[in-house]
Amino acid sequence: MTVNRSLATDALSVGYDDRLVLEDLSLTIPAGRISVIVGANACGKSTLLRSMARLLPPRSGRVLLDGRSIAEQPTREVAKVLGLLPQTPVAPDGIAVADLVARGRYPHRSFLRPWTTDDEQAVTSALRMTDVLELADRPVDELSGGQRQRVWIAMALAQGTDVLLLDEPTTFLDVTHQVEVLDLLTDLNRQSGTTIVMVLHDLNLAARYADELFAVKDGRLHSHGAPADVVTEATVREVFGMESRVVPDAVSGTPLVLPIGRHHSGAQRAV
Amino acid sequence: MSELAAGRTARVRRRIVVTAVLAVLVVALFLVTLVVGDRIYGLPDVLGVVLGQDVPGASFTVGRLRMPRAIVALLVGAAFGMAGTLFQTMLRNPLASPDILGVGYGSSAAAVVAIGFFGAQGAVVSVVAVVAGLAVALLLYALSWRGGVQGARLVLIGIALGTVLLAVIQWVLTRTEVYKAAEALRWLSGSLSSAFWGDVPPLALAMLILTPAAFALSRRLSVLQLGDDAAAALGVKPDPTRLLIVVVAVGLISVATAAAGPVAFVAFLAGPIAARLLPGASLLAPAALVGAALVLAADLIGSNLLFTTIPVGVVTGAVGAPYLLWLVARSNRTGGRL
Repeated sequence: MTVNRSLATDALSVGYDDRLVLEDLSLTIPAGRISVIVGANACGKSTLLRSMARLLPPRSGRVLLDGRSIAEQPTREVAKVLGLLPQTPVAPDGIAVADLVARGRYPHRSFLRPWTTDDEQAVTSALRMTDVLELADRPVDELSGGQRQRVWIAMALAQGTDVLLLDEPTTFLDVTHQVEVLDLLTDLNRQSGTTIVMVLHDLNLAARYADELFAVKDGRLHSHGAPADVVTEATVREVFGMESRVVPDAVSGTPLVLPIGRHHSGAQRAV
Repeated sequence: MSELAAGRTARVRRRIVVTAVLAVLVVALFLVTLVVGDRIYGLPDVLGVVLGQDVPGASFTVGRLRMPRAIVALLVGAAFGMAGTLFQTMLRNPLASPDILGVGYGSSAAAVVAIGFFGAQGAVVSVVAVVAGLAVALLLYALSWRGGVQGARLVLIGIALGTVLLAVIQWVLTRTEVYKAAEALRWLSGSLSSAFWGDVPPLALAMLILTPAAFALSRRLSVLQLGDDAAAALGVKPDPTRLLIVVVAVGLISVATAAAGPVAFVAFLAGPIAARLLPGASLLAPAALVGAALVLAADLIGSNLLFTTIPVGVVTGAVGAPYLLWLVARSNRTGGRL
């Protein structure tokens, strides 16, 4: 049902002040799939995501949405196609859940075009999908961290975009809520064909939920492909600078990374 | 879908009711301002004058003296209220209203220089005040620019600019002749006592342009409130939007300041009072009404209810200062979160 949108970067370089964070990075996001960007702290993965969402201007190179440079497309039009859930959005004081989620409809509305049934439907289905419909009238300030994150995802869903980018959507959540959020995004992808691109910290959850994994190191694309091909002991060593064992995940069959630190590695020889 | 619509309907109804009550309050205060004075005229006489009838006695006192004063009070209050809430919402900080930031001092400093050194009066002072106010706003924006404008930087530079302008004001007051200094001081304290019909057209015209602009921007502001990244993702460019909001808000402040002087704390108080009445709502309309009610009420109190007439700005200042202290005290207790 969704039009397949293409999103790609072409020799993208992005920097802050005199520091280059991304260098000559080219990648193509597979349409209708879940892509996960992984990498060590400060490797540029968040910068990559924000650049793809046209939040940072490139030094050189381009971000291409449907084959055209995203910087040259009207920002309101882009907002109808591509959404982003930032790492730390701010909820206005006292705002009710439904009103916050309704702000996701901004690109579809105008000064003269009032609230329509399309808007109402988009908000309701976003609330239902994220399982916060019964919280609709509660102030966002009063919710728990897990509920709040679901409300923010609902706002991004209400935007009704074919491509959804999420910057570490599971930070600050306990493991139950992390899995819940990732399951929710998988539902969205499987049911509506939404292309999902997210940055995740947890390599094992990334390997489990990603169709396509992009490993970034020092602002360059190190490797990409199916998790089974990307997550190897060699890649983990090169990208994260850490020794590890990679074994099959007993639950999902995807690669599971077992870090080898300086302690507690006694069983290693016995395996 | 119905469960969602019900909740929204309830919130919309609350917003409409509260806004309507505020509007009625403003109209009531407006009429009381026309009725009350050295001589009290009956409501029928006053309404007659409002409707343009010729009522002996009342036509002069109410029509020529009280009416322009009440209209200026209403418009100035609404302008301060809108400007304050635009700044506070944009900067996510109740302390960041233009009067606290000292953005309004741009108009004041220019007006005091015009009055004190050049003997300017009336419309000239107004024009100078508006132009200087906008110039200071653009200067503030330019000084805060580091590849983008960030809230905290805007607040700090605003306070610094305000301090410099305050020094200019005080320097002028010490250098100028006594009677001019008195004139400047009266203007500085925020006063409606010299309001006349000539003040109304320029003020009304400016409000006619700035009010729709403010309402058009408030939609973008409601997205900008979610943070720069979320706003940009929704198709609102943060920095150009902030520049427009600063220009419109300072335009409102300058126009109001030009008409009545810097009526203390109205811009600062209106938004938070409106937020208390309508948490989580867009505050522009209620803040405009609260601002208008504050100025009308303060002028009524200042000119009638006390042993001597005192300027409107002194009354609003007496209300605003304790609130500012309370806010600062509370932010100490809550670890800086306001």
